[in-house]
Amino acid sequence: MALDSKIPNGPISDKWTDYKDHINLVNPANKRNIDVIIVGTGLAGGSAAATLAELGYNVKAFCFQDSPRRAHSIAAQGGINAAKNYQGDGDSTFRLFYDTVKGGDYRAREANVHRLAEVSANIIDQCVAQGVPLAREYGGLLDNRSFGGTLVSRTFYAKGQTGQQLLLGAYSAMNRQIGRGKIQMYNRHEMLDLVVVNGKARGIIARNLVTGELERHSAHAVVIASGGYGNVFFLSTNAMGSNATAAWKVHKKGAFFANPCYTQIHPTCIPVSGDHQSKLTLMSESLRNDGRIWVPAKLEDAQAIREGRLKPTQLAEEDRDYYLERRYPSFGNLVPRDVASRAAKERCDAGYGVNKTGEAVYLDFASAIMRYGKEQARIKGFDDSDAALVKKLGTEVIENKYGNLFQMYEKIVDENPYQTPMMIYPAVHYTMGGVWVDYNLMTTIEGCYAIGEANFSDHGANRLGASALMQGLADGYFVLPYTIGDYLAKDIRTGKIPTDLPEFEEAENNVRTQLERFINNKGTHTVDHFHRRLGKIMWDKVGMARNAQGLNEAINEIAALREEFYRDVKVPGTMDSFNQELEKAMRVADFLELGELFAKDALHRNESCGGHFREEYQTEEGEAQRDDENFAYVAAWEYKGKPSEAVLHKEQLVFDNVKLVQRSYK
Amino acid sequence: MAKSALLKSSLGKKYWMALTGLFLCLFLVGHLLGNLQLLSGSKDAALHFNQYALFMTSNPAVKILSYLTYFSILFHAVDGIVLTVQNRKARPKGYVKNNPSANTIWASRNMAVLGTLILVFIVTHMVNFWAKMHFDEKMPLQTVTINAGGTDMEFYLTTNGDYLPKSRVDQNVIEIKNRTEFYDAAAGVKINEGYKDLYKITVAFFKNPDYGLIASILYALAMVVLGFHLYHGFGSAFQSMGVNSPKHSPFIRNFGKAFSIVVPLLFAIIPLYIHFILKV
Amino acid sequence: MNLKLKIWRQKDAKDAGRMVDYNISDVSPDMSFLEMLDVLNEDLNNKGEDPVAFDHDCREGICGMCSLHINGEPHGPDRGITTCQLHMRKFKDGDTIYIEPFRAKAFPVIKDLVVNRSAFDRIQQAGGFISVNTSGNTQDANAIPIQKHNADLAFDAATCIGCGACVASCKNASAMLFVSAKVSQFALLPQGRIEATERVLNMVKKMDEEGFGNCTNTGACEVECPKGISLENIARMNREYLFASLK
Repeated sequence: MALDSKIPNGPISDKWTDYKDHINLVNPANKRNIDVIIVGTGLAGGSAAATLAELGYNVKAFCFQDSPRRAHSIAAQGGINAAKNYQGDGDSTFRLFYDTVKGGDYRAREANVHRLAEVSANIIDQCVAQGVPLAREYGGLLDNRSFGGTLVSRTFYAKGQTGQQLLLGAYSAMNRQIGRGKIQMYNRHEMLDLVVVNGKARGIIARNLVTGELERHSAHAVVIASGGYGNVFFLSTNAMGSNATAAWKVHKKGAFFANPCYTQIHPTCIPVSGDHQSKLTLMSESLRNDGRIWVPAKLEDAQAIREGRLKPTQLAEEDRDYYLERRYPSFGNLVPRDVASRAAKERCDAGYGVNKTGEAVYLDFASAIMRYGKEQARIKGFDDSDAALVKKLGTEVIENKYGNLFQMYEKIVDENPYQTPMMIYPAVHYTMGGVWVDYNLMTTIEGCYAIGEANFSDHGANRLGASALMQGLADGYFVLPYTIGDYLAKDIRTGKIPTDLPEFEEAENNVRTQLERFINNKGTHTVDHFHRRLGKIMWDKVGMARNAQGLNEAINEIAALREEFYRDVKVPGTMDSFNQELEKAMRVADFLELGELFAKDALHRNESCGGHFREEYQTEEGEAQRDDENFAYVAAWEYKGKPSEAVLHKEQLVFDNVKLVQRSYK
Repeated sequence: MAKSALLKSSLGKKYWMALTGLFLCLFLVGHLLGNLQLLSGSKDAALHFNQYALFMTSNPAVKILSYLTYFSILFHAVDGIVLTVQNRKARPKGYVKNNPSANTIWASRNMAVLGTLILVFIVTHMVNFWAKMHFDEKMPLQTVTINAGGTDMEFYLTTNGDYLPKSRVDQNVIEIKNRTEFYDAAAGVKINEGYKDLYKITVAFFKNPDYGLIASILYALAMVVLGFHLYHGFGSAFQSMGVNSPKHSPFIRNFGKAFSIVVPLLFAIIPLYIHFILKV
Repeated sequence: MNLKLKIWRQKDAKDAGRMVDYNISDVSPDMSFLEMLDVLNEDLNNKGEDPVAFDHDCREGICGMCSLHINGEPHGPDRGITTCQLHMRKFKDGDTIYIEPFRAKAFPVIKDLVVNRSAFDRIQQAGGFISVNTSGNTQDANAIPIQKHNADLAFDAATCIGCGACVASCKNASAMLFVSAKVSQFALLPQGRIEATERVLNMVKKMDEEGFGNCTNTGACEVECPKGISLENIARMNREYLFASLK
């Protein structure tokens, strides 16, 4: 099957407008006869559910949490990009488009990214109209901040809780429709299979997580908005429940899975403290504006610190290695996420790590405190040679800027970051890969759509900060409502899809069989045991830096672990009750397949780009080396019964508007 | 919708609670000012107090206020009971281990108990004094003893400032009708009016050799209860009425705390003063 | 450290439930409270016993999914945090820790420590929104300037995570702090004023119907709220409701 991305013809800036002008519409009376299922209620799913319901479709929305408001979009901190040019600093739709394609290391589809940039401004208008309290200046107008990888200030924010505020905006829009009866909300439900009838997505099998009951739900289209698969690493900044099951089930039913190896590792997370660790906590990227990253220059000092014999503050300036400033003099501590993450790993692998586990580097605010302190002392007319006073004043400045983050750090680590440098280490944060979709956001299964982080489309091999929120809301509010209408226009005479079709029967039976298998298995190890082991393989061999040998090992080890899992996993309780271990087992089963495809994709991509770094493909200075000639394509994998047998389809990427160059931060 | 909301909704009930509560705070101030005359120690203390008592029972404006007070007490109590019952129902199963002192003050959690105790006190108090003042046929009228030429003579004090010798009543020259009115027995004409001697009743109550000590202490304790009730209730009423802002709240809170200490304290001093200090 | 846990176990909504004692050893002070429960569950699972069910998701204090009434307080003894951010260093070796579900008539227990908080969703559905459709043609975001002070207050109210600690801590199981946070957020913004009257009447009506208790201004909610939502929001709702009722 050839991949058709269905990109409209014409100049890039006219594609979306022309497209909207020529698609089929569904008249309001007919919309009432059409059902749409949406799985996931984060920014993408929530906004899509609300908008489709406003339009008149009957929406059934599903989330595994106890309320749609809990989706993990809520944890996004920094902000949301939009080409509003409120600051008059030269921003434009084209610049946002250009920055996003470049930031994605030239592995994104131009037409999708341009559309994203076009609708970005509408998102801000829409959210403000909904009452989302974005940050304002004293003049009453919206404030912006700047983010990595761009030269303009286009990021809108609500303190460090932008994701929360935007999600609650979408949630409130959903609530309005739930109140009107246009959305039927299914909380604590998990989609466990897609039902395909005559080649079209026509429903899902969902498990009611409270009663354990399997339910059949039919619809004329199914939208997957279930987020990313970062939890394949076990430890990530994702929520505990974040999972790939909906996306993976769709993949197994025929949707291609694209670029699974593109994973974003965020450089500033709180390091792992021990084996009990269940998840990782992100510290906003903004900290790198004032913090200097370093490790001891001498191995013996690093060891002394790890053993607690030496304190970082006792180390003389010349015994510290500010390795980012050393390697990247022009960008210094502000290099992009992928570069900063790899550099930290390189130092720690070489034995310079500074915590018990040897996997942490320092993020030090001492010099920023002194710098700000001196400035304040001068402004206030105090003696700027009084070190104690300068430190006090400087600490106040830092507290104003990052107080909540410092407090969060202290709660978790129990160290005062004003006095001793913070410890940070990279952690899995976001997955750029996902279900392959065409320009309409439709997967390779007719009538099955994927939006938000669940699809692969807009970020290429690396996502810029503050772009995830933008994409989720763009897909849900402004793109899918048009493109799905074009498809549903053909379904106005179909009528209600019955749930007693043999396809439903079969899908339900398959799900039941799998659930029974887990419950009846007389294994000896818990689900988490296997998940942890999978995470370790992924992190060690498919993590920040990969090589062919490690990837081959990972593929074999994951396949073996999967077999062991089915043989030896122990799931307590029953199928027909609230059973959190059973939920986890179903999710980990899918991660165990996805992880293998992930490694396979990483192995086949013989280049380094964005979040995918292959040690064999680097410049002499150790930087990522792309191979545009051979790898400027989307790798879309077709499921063939086993991850190892997945078949590769290539969607060639055409760059008409952006010139491909090597990224450099020297 | 709107009308029933003000009566039936949870918030509506809170408004009434707050309004009646605040009105009762005003009542307390008025009542206290009158009672403080008991402490004056001057030789006219009894007269002033009885004049005040007469005013409070006869003035038409005060009458309206007093009906409003009775209503407020009843409504505050009934509304409070309804709210408490509803609140109990909102958590049918409690915690095995609860640590409410970590997040609330004791008084705020025990308003219903405190309120019930206060209601019991109010009833007792009204039986002790209010009922006597209003209904007791044997309520004595105020008299003064004046030493005229070496002999003590007892006189009734009248509302127009005259002195009626008690002996003339004893001799049936003057008759007392309708509890306070002096009539010329022969002519059957009203000639003057006396004061009900609430002062005497009050002093006698707290000086009573049998129960005076207990009564004084119980009255003082009741005021401690009232203090706790006010400590939370005063500020709470403003919050319920929607008055809470960084600008005004500190003042309201501090005023409420002062109010809850000063008013009950002054009330409590009175019975203790009468019992232990006042010389008759 | 070694701890004694007393945990509420309840098989399902119909079960009567009871406190069960567990001993747990080798707890690291760096563990979060939920990680400590993970260890207990792994242990129970290995012994063939049913693990303790509890709600959790983001484990960074923002999703509002985790709950738990710990030693008599929602989200435990620390302030300004959710249970997932509570660390074991707050406890001492040999401590006994009581762990119970949030208790309220409106929050029925589903299993063990998991409760159903859908009542919160239903209150939001009754009016916690601004009725604006997604058209892409709403007016420009900067068309209505908003005083920074009000925008900031609206934000502070909007940071509510809907965890239910306010209800759990309130002796009356009142949901006033939760409801008032949303009412306040919109009341403070010009976009929200248009439907302000209907919103507050409808949301309060729904709140009452769901069986939450009445507010007696004890202030427990404000103390226990992991996001520090202020009682001023309740006062604002009281005002809004009063004026709305008089209209």
